[in-house]
Parts: sequence; C-alpha cells; structure tokens
Amino acid sequence: MELRKDYFADVRKDGLHEIGQARPRLDSPGHVTGKTAYFADRNFPGMLHLKMVRSPHHHARIRSIDTSEAERHPGVVKVLTAKDVPHNVYTILILIQVGPEDETVLADGKVRWKGEAVVAVLAESERAAQEAAAKVKVDYEVLPAVFDMEEALKPGAPLVNEYHGQNYYLYDSGECRKVRFGDVEAGFAGADHILEQSYQSSPIEHAPTETTGCVVAPEGNDRFTCYTNTQAMFFTLDNTSIILQMPGSKLHFVGGTVGGGFGGKVDVIVEPIAILGAKLTGRPVCFIYSREEEMQISSPRAAEKVVIKDGVMKDGRIVARKVTGYTDAGAYSRHSPYGAQKGAAHYPGPYTIPNVWIDTYCVYTNRTPSSAMRGFGVTIGDFALEVQMDKLARLIGMDPLEFRFINAYRDGDMKAHRQPTEGAALIECMQEASRAADWPVAEKYMAMSSYRKGA
Amino acid sequence: MAIRRGRGVAAINYPTGMNLGGDPTQALVHSTPTGNFMVTLSSVDLGQGMKQIMAQICAETIGVPTDRVIIDTADTDTGPHCMGTFASRGTHRAGNAVIQAAKEARQVMLEVAAEELEVNASDLETDGQGNIQVKGAPQKSISIFDVALSAHFKRGRSISGRGMFLIPRSYPEKETGAMKPSTCYAHACTVAEVEVDDETGEVTVLTVKNVFEIGRALNPKMVEQQLVGGSWMGISHALYETTEPYYPNRDHGGTDFNQYLMPGPGDLAETEIIVLERPSADGPFGAKGPGEMCANPQIPAVANAVFDAVGVRIDTLPITPERILRALKAQAAG
Repeated sequence: MELRKDYFADVRKDGLHEIGQARPRLDSPGHVTGKTAYFADRNFPGMLHLKMVRSPHHHARIRSIDTSEAERHPGVVKVLTAKDVPHNVYTILILIQVGPEDETVLADGKVRWKGEAVVAVLAESERAAQEAAAKVKVDYEVLPAVFDMEEALKPGAPLVNEYHGQNYYLYDSGECRKVRFGDVEAGFAGADHILEQSYQSSPIEHAPTETTGCVVAPEGNDRFTCYTNTQAMFFTLDNTSIILQMPGSKLHFVGGTVGGGFGGKVDVIVEPIAILGAKLTGRPVCFIYSREEEMQISSPRAAEKVVIKDGVMKDGRIVARKVTGYTDAGAYSRHSPYGAQKGAAHYPGPYTIPNVWIDTYCVYTNRTPSSAMRGFGVTIGDFALEVQMDKLARLIGMDPLEFRFINAYRDGDMKAHRQPTEGAALIECMQEASRAADWPVAEKYMAMSSYRKGA
Repeated sequence: MAIRRGRGVAAINYPTGMNLGGDPTQALVHSTPTGNFMVTLSSVDLGQGMKQIMAQICAETIGVPTDRVIIDTADTDTGPHCMGTFASRGTHRAGNAVIQAAKEARQVMLEVAAEELEVNASDLETDGQGNIQVKGAPQKSISIFDVALSAHFKRGRSISGRGMFLIPRSYPEKETGAMKPSTCYAHACTVAEVEVDDETGEVTVLTVKNVFEIGRALNPKMVEQQLVGGSWMGISHALYETTEPYYPNRDHGGTDFNQYLMPGPGDLAETEIIVLERPSADGPFGAKGPGEMCANPQIPAVANAVFDAVGVRIDTLPITPERILRALKAQAAG
C-alpha cells in the first residue's frame, strides 16, 4: 500500500502522535495463537443444543404439527412451537418505526420460504436434537410460490406475505422510494443518444469464518446472559425484549469478538429463541448455525435488478438518468426496505447529472429473506452504474476514464437527493489511477480538481 | 481459440453511516488510579480491528501512548448504546463519541495537573509519552501516572468523560426524495486487467490497481488489511459467488465451501492499493468509512475488462465461464 500524501496536503494536519501510526493490533497475538475467546468457546454444565425443524416447501399452509414422537426421543428436553413465543410476529426495524411486523420467529399456520423455522428442538446433545427434529411431523398443504420479481409484481401473482398485502414494500411515497430531480423526459428529448440497459445480480453469501450463533446462560437472579456474535448489541437486545415480552433489564448481552460479519449478523434470529429455550428449561442453551444454515438459511445479499436509461451528448455530458431498482427481499422485510431506500439515495452515482428520476422497489418472493451485506443498497448499483458508464463512453467513442472526468461530481454540486456535494475526491482518485495504471488521459483532466472556488 | 487480454475501469463513491434511522453511538472514558484509560463502548469488533482504532483515537485525544488505553466493549451491562457495526459507521460514529468523551476526561486531567503544578490548566500540554508539561517550559512537568494518583487519592476528582455522537434521522421527502441519508463519502477508482480464455470462458484477473480516498488512514497497516481484503472480495463477487447460481431458480445452491465458489489464493490478482486522504469535516481526525466501499469498484472494473477482452457484455452477476461462453456463442451466431 502506498499513501499519497501529496493530494489534499493543504487541508490535512499530519504529524500526530498516535493517529496515522501503523501500531500493531492489540488483539492480533490472541487471534494468531488461538487464545482469543469467541462466543462458542463458552461451555456450561447442562447446556442444551437447539436445532430447527425447517420448511421443505417454498410456500405452504401448515395443517398440523405433531411433536409427540420428537418429545419422546431420548435426550430431548423441550420442543417449542409458535404458541410458545410471546410476541411471535415481529420485524427488526420496528425499533426505528419501520413496520409492519411481518415475520414469525416460529412459523404459525404458514411457511413462506424453503428453510423457514417451524419447530425448535432442545436436547442434551446436538445429535439428539437433530434426530428428534427429524421426527417432528408437519402436515403441509403446498401453495403456489413465486420466485421472480417481475412475476411477483404482476396482478394475480401468489401473495408472499399477508402482512404486506402486496408483493412489494409500501413506502410513504407509494410502491417505491422516489427521487425526482430536474426534468428527466426533457433531458432525454434533448440528448444525442439514449441507452437503456438492464443489470441483474444473484444472492451472495457473507461467508464469515464463524457462523451465526449464541450461547445463553440463565443467571441465578432471573437474568439471562447471552454470549453472541451479533454486529449490534442493543439492537439485538431491544428486539429480543420485544419478541420475548421481557424487560430489557433481564437481558445481558456479551459479544464483541466476531469471526467476520459483513452484514450477516445484524438480523435478530438466533438470540430470542435461544433465550426463550433457556427461560423455559432453566438450562443453558446454545444455538449455532451449521455451514449449510449459514449459506442457505441466514440472509444473503439480495439479488437486484437495475434498469438504467441514460441520455448522453456527443461531447460526453450525461444529461438525464432514469434508474429503476428492484431488491429481492425474499419472504420477509428484515433490513431490505432500508437497503432499497439507501439505493435511491445512491443513484445516479458520483456524477453530476441535471435530470434524474429514481424508483427503487423492495419486492417480496418465496425465497430466503435477504438482508444487509457489505455495500448494502450500493454494491450492485455500482456494478450497474459503472458498466453503464463504460457502455456510454464506447457509444460516443470516448475513452471510458475521460468520460468519467467530464461527469464527475465536485464540491458544491447538487446531488439528486438534494444534498450539496462536500469533500469530493473522485477526480483525484481517477487522476491517480490514470498514473498508476498507465492509462493516460488528456492534460485538461489531469489539471482538474474536486475543489471549487467558493464551495 | 485464444487467451484474450482486456482492462476495465470503474469509479465510485460510498456513504458513511445510516441516517435514515437516526445514527447514535456513545462512549465513556475513565482513568484508572495509575493513569491508564478505559474506554467503555458497546460497539462490536467484527475482526476489522475496531478496538485498536478506538484505542488510538482515545490515546491521541488524551495525549498518552496507545498501550495506555484499554477497550471494554460489547457488554450491554457496562457499555453505553451503539447502533451497531455496519453501514461503514464504526470508526466514524464511535470514533467521534470516543473523542468527545476523551476530551472531557483530558480536561479534568489537565485541571488536576494544573493544581499539582500550580499553573493554569490552559497553559498545559501533553507530550504524548505520558507526561503533562507547561507550554514553553517542558522542564516543569508531571507524569499522568502521578496526576491520576492525585485525582483518586488526594483531590477527589474523577478523570472521566462522556461522549455522544448522533446524526439525527432524515426522513425522505415523499415526492422529490430529498434526504440526507449519510454523512461523508469515501471514493475509489479501480483498474482491472484480465485474461479471458475464449474456449473455456475462464477469467483470470491479472492485476487490480485500486485508488481509495478514505479521509484519513488512522492506522495505515489496518487500512491496508481492510482494503486488500475488500479488493479480493470484489473479485470474488464479480466472478464466483452466489447462493443461487441459476437465480431466480432456487435449485443448485451451495451448502459448503466445496460448492460455494470463492477464489483460492492462486486465483487472486496482483493487488495494488494507493490511498489518498481528504479529511472529512465531521470524521474523527477526518476519517471516513471505507469498510464497504473497498469491495465495490472491482466488480464493474472486472466486468468492463471482460468486455474489453472478448467483446461480450455480461450484465448478470456473477460473470461465470458459462455466461461468457453463452454470450460468445450468441455473438458468433448473431
């Protein structure tokens, strides 16, 4: 790595004592010698293992659940169903007043994705819990499922989630989050070229080294200590408090050493049911995802579809950009309504375009609920935007890097979501990339600056 | 049939934080009797090194070496509220809270030192090595060890501070979408060079040259670990990873690392990282949040390089050999 201190030296004070120093990490000796303690290193006498009975269907009505045989299985201590969960229908963003509650801790009457949790089995050993889970009999009536976002948005599509009533999230702005800036149709009308292209991604796994999980110990004082690898301590505690209808003062969460998160550990999934198990049995409980659960059950990055329509001039100026983004939330909201909205604010990318129209949709389908992941709401949008930029440059016969200089945002430029640009540095990054990659651009671009006088 | 070479570029920006829900984090700082400093948080270290960075921020602000700072975090019985570690917010939000708490503690520390030295607190400075001295007269000094002892046992002062950093919630305007969804933006430009085998569709990423602008590299070695890892992740997203290879079909999803494809060490490109620092107005020592941004520009850069190499556009991620071969076949037929 090379620090190029010559850029922005006029606005930076160097020479501090500790900041800017490459101090060795205080925690790295523990990590590399295996001495660092993770949540799963906690082991308590009498600890129970929790395993989930999961839906084998993408969409089905539950006619009946028979747990009697599982309960008789040797080593089984407790079997939990929806009726055991005090506040079974929840949604995590309710903490920031983003509803409706649309997801069940344990399925109640219906499953909406293959892998959805239906029954929790607590047993003396992981093996006993696994074997007993296989003995739970669930009678399903399979329902038509929808997997494709376009299909899901058509009239007459199977309804994925009754708590929403339609297969998209209803924002206060309507069926999508909207950004309107300038007059996009007038921009297209005056453009030399129009290019409309569609981009698609597939769900992606966070793939942390350490899978999602927690260990819960009931304390003698009616409190529960939950050792967890969540990425958000109080967010998880407060949601657990709602789901279990238990005062927050009864809950003690301990975490902070996590074997990789990447956004995969911000859903509140394992902690509430494990604490409930500990409460109902009086025993310590561990609930740790297998690698298969981590990959197919825990939320992935959403698949997204992005349609970009641009109006561009022969001289390289983009004069209008219309983006329609679709985020595949899967069966439940989790963080997806937020991610789609974040996308609306990110478009049209780091470029100054006078006419912009953005619609971003959060769509429900019968698949594993997606949620946050590194670059949430932005990563796939950047893929689409930057491939589109390459196509536009080639369309007008311009060098792709020079084309970006022409449109790059600079200090003071108004963004489509009506925030003035501050602290821009795109131009300088491109100038340095031009040098480092030996990709020459015209001198006038190398002389540009993100600064504007008076901005 | 041939190995064809191409290169592609991408330029991006990335927002810090998540103001669309309100974005608070708190911190507490206090001195032990012998002048070490405890930072209490509930922020989570995901492995990226947040504890180390909070220690350096506290140390710089108080004016002691980093090894005099202890981080107690992610315990809800002791640590004040943090929204969580996501949205590239950890260093920025928690760092600001630590600075505020450390400034308050530093002020008490200087007041106690001033009483011991019989000078005005405003005439004092720290030397960064664990001592407090009179500005312009460094021979008149007292160790922070002695100041802390005095505060605890003689003067009855608590060398401590409270820090709170809150970005208030922004509600998007319904019709126009006017909103303030984040604070400062990090930037990047990446150039990727690839080879594509037009017989097998296989892509080899030869080099990835990344320029990142991150506000301030608080710890350059840790910046490097995060940016290099991010760059590898970007290549992985571009060419390999998905839990549903035939999305929207639900079948064929991987269930372990044999089936879920990621690049091995031999598949990773020669990676170059160049860092620029334009300090942000509201960041701790100017830092922005580059944690997510650093994995993004490689994806379109690789996609554009593949086009440059073989003349087909793969607009669906991941860019698998199968998709490239189908596109080449369609191109030949078309």
